[in-house]
Amino acid sequence: MKVALFATCLVDTMVPQVARATAVLLERLGHEVVVPPGQACCGQMHVNTGYRREAAPIVANHVRAFRGAEAIVAPSGSCVASIHHQQADVLRRAGEHALADEAASLAERTYELSQFLVDVLGVTDVGAYYPHRVTYHPTCHSLRLLRVGDRPLRLLRAVRGLELAELPGADQCCGFGGTFAVKNADTSTAMLTDKMANVLSTHAEVCTAGDASCLLHIGGGLSRMRSGTRTVHLAEILASTEEAVQPDQSTRPAISAVNAEGTTS
Amino acid sequence: MTVVDLGMPTLPHAPRGVGHLRGNRPFPDAARDALRDGQLRANLGHATSTIRAKRAAVVAEVPDWEQLRAAGKAIKAATMARLDAHLEELERQVTARGGTVHWARDAIEANAIVTELVRATGVHEVVKVKSMATQEIGLNEALEAAGITAHETDLAELIVQLGHDQPSHILVPAIHKNRAEIREIFLRTMPEVDPGLSDDPRELAMAARAHLRERFLRAEVAISGANFAVAETGTLAVVESEGNGRMCLTLPRTLITVMGIEKLVPSWRDLEVFLQLLPRSSTGERMNPYTSLWTGVTPGDGPQDFHLVLLDNGRTATLADEVGREALHCIRCSACLNVCPVYERTGGHAYGSVYPGPIGAVLSPQLTGVEDNASLPYASSLCGACYDVCPVAIDIPSILVHLRAEHVEAQKHATPEAVAFRVLAKVMSHPRRWRMAQKAAGLGRLLARGRPTMPAALPPPASRWTQSRDLPTPPKETFTQAWAREHGS
Ligand code: SF4
Repeated sequence: MKVALFATCLVDTMVPQVARATAVLLERLGHEVVVPPGQACCGQMHVNTGYRREAAPIVANHVRAFRGAEAIVAPSGSCVASIHHQQADVLRRAGEHALADEAASLAERTYELSQFLVDVLGVTDVGAYYPHRVTYHPTCHSLRLLRVGDRPLRLLRAVRGLELAELPGADQCCGFGGTFAVKNADTSTAMLTDKMANVLSTHAEVCTAGDASCLLHIGGGLSRMRSGTRTVHLAEILASTEEAVQPDQSTRPAISAVNAEGTTS
Repeated sequence: MTVVDLGMPTLPHAPRGVGHLRGNRPFPDAARDALRDGQLRANLGHATSTIRAKRAAVVAEVPDWEQLRAAGKAIKAATMARLDAHLEELERQVTARGGTVHWARDAIEANAIVTELVRATGVHEVVKVKSMATQEIGLNEALEAAGITAHETDLAELIVQLGHDQPSHILVPAIHKNRAEIREIFLRTMPEVDPGLSDDPRELAMAARAHLRERFLRAEVAISGANFAVAETGTLAVVESEGNGRMCLTLPRTLITVMGIEKLVPSWRDLEVFLQLLPRSSTGERMNPYTSLWTGVTPGDGPQDFHLVLLDNGRTATLADEVGREALHCIRCSACLNVCPVYERTGGHAYGSVYPGPIGAVLSPQLTGVEDNASLPYASSLCGACYDVCPVAIDIPSILVHLRAEHVEAQKHATPEAVAFRVLAKVMSHPRRWRMAQKAAGLGRLLARGRPTMPAALPPPASRWTQSRDLPTPPKETFTQAWAREHGS
């Protein structure tokens, strides 16, 4: 299958290794990956902060960039949820009815990574190897808007070497919430503190999730506390293989922006 | 897009200076203080997690819960679509059965109507059934100004009243207080109480009962709210757990009920749905202990003088908003408060309105006009837990997002934030501009001087992130750049 990868603005700019891992994984599973060069942002941040009018051209750009794609995959539950639940409405309010219809049909072909793997490709064992103790945080939008359910956990359970630690209070929001994290920084931090306490109680080396944005928040907090637990995106774990693990590796993800070239062939 | 101005007059919102729908500070400021109140955090964390678990267990027992929710939502939507006709039917039925209906455009009118009705009876005290509508309009203060004392009879409401406090939850107004604190309030404020009172829940309840009993027996006027009104027969319904409501609704000679206009259902068949949804969602009980229903006046039995005050106070304005009107479907079960991670940490007072939590964040700004409660639609991480538990499936996150847009679009002058978002939108809608902006963002790594994270002391608004979270140093190259380089496009 030819898969168009939507990196998302945040992953592309801040944590490119997550998009790289997604591409590596899909190619390893035998699919052709294309990265439409016109892509930028899904418009979610604008919509959720109240700038839905301003979001319309951003959404229009997204629709143009992915026009004609057979299947679109993004390593982000919340961007995919926005594509499913907001994009067409934003364009319709802006009077762009033809584009809105196009957005709605693109949304039908847009998948969050774990849903694409399990539902479309029908795999749970992606052949990954990741010898670490990992806990999984189900992000709110993947849980409640996309209803990914236990798909990420099924994928993680099939990873060789991985020891899965159950996260207490898993369904509690981490407190990121987009601009909520800065507009209500204190409340956001209070929620983060409780999430981190739960993460640390698992004694996991790694906290993973399907959203790089939430991980930036949780990981930023863990890093500030100088805790030993790091955040690694689900895609990075699933992309890791025995071959890709460096001999000196202890807790680093196998795929990073730097060493990626050696592993894509 | 062309906007056609139909020349409609803007519908009135809840007036300023009366009632409890507006706080005196924006949510983030009030929340900052509340978050530091360790006792509040502990009390709320304990109370909400207990009730959450109870609700989840009893909801899971109902195999057709999702269908019930869908029915509740559909009934509410259909009722709102013809609210005017249903209200007139309700008025006809109540009047035909010996009650008197009053229409109150806002809090000021409602308070005046009730005060006048109580004055006409010649008494100087009334007993009250817990009611959100009367809290919303500040009725107790209005009565007090007229020399009339209102005694709250719901246990939690009594605790709040005795403690000169404000309610912080729509079902359990004193949820922010623990047993020890309640004991202290009782010892301080109930002259007749046994000084050896312990903080055992039963002892506390008995003390409140003794305190209230004589007030019930001498009360001549009661004031209540209503959970529902059935239009086809003019029947009012109050759903409660303690029996205080039953006393108030049956013992006094005069009964005055203040009800928001959105509370009615057309028929008894509709009521059946909500009487299943409400107790499981609110107290986590299969059935609430007391459901009181009354229709007009029954000669020789119960209150002989019944008045129904129908309150608008911004509801018609809310009804006019295609997206926001769903907030009027609320049956005040409080399930959304109990699951809300923001409410659980900040408590209800931070919202500044008698309606806190997720439903408050969408209802209060609509009743007052969004500019008078502009911080509330942002008081949510949009996690969606509220939508999941709401027994009438109100899509609260979508309404929050909608109200944020209403607020942004109401600004006459561009705020610095709006300027930034507009520039960013221009950049993000053109691939070439976006690539350049990404390169510029990548230069931020120079500030990190080779460290894996950016300095914590960044200027605002970045500081609001870095005050509690590290920000990773941006990479040299974005993914799309690297991909294009490798794949030659
Ligand atoms: S919005 Fe829904 S969950 Fe919240 S109080 Fe109202 S009915 Fe209950």
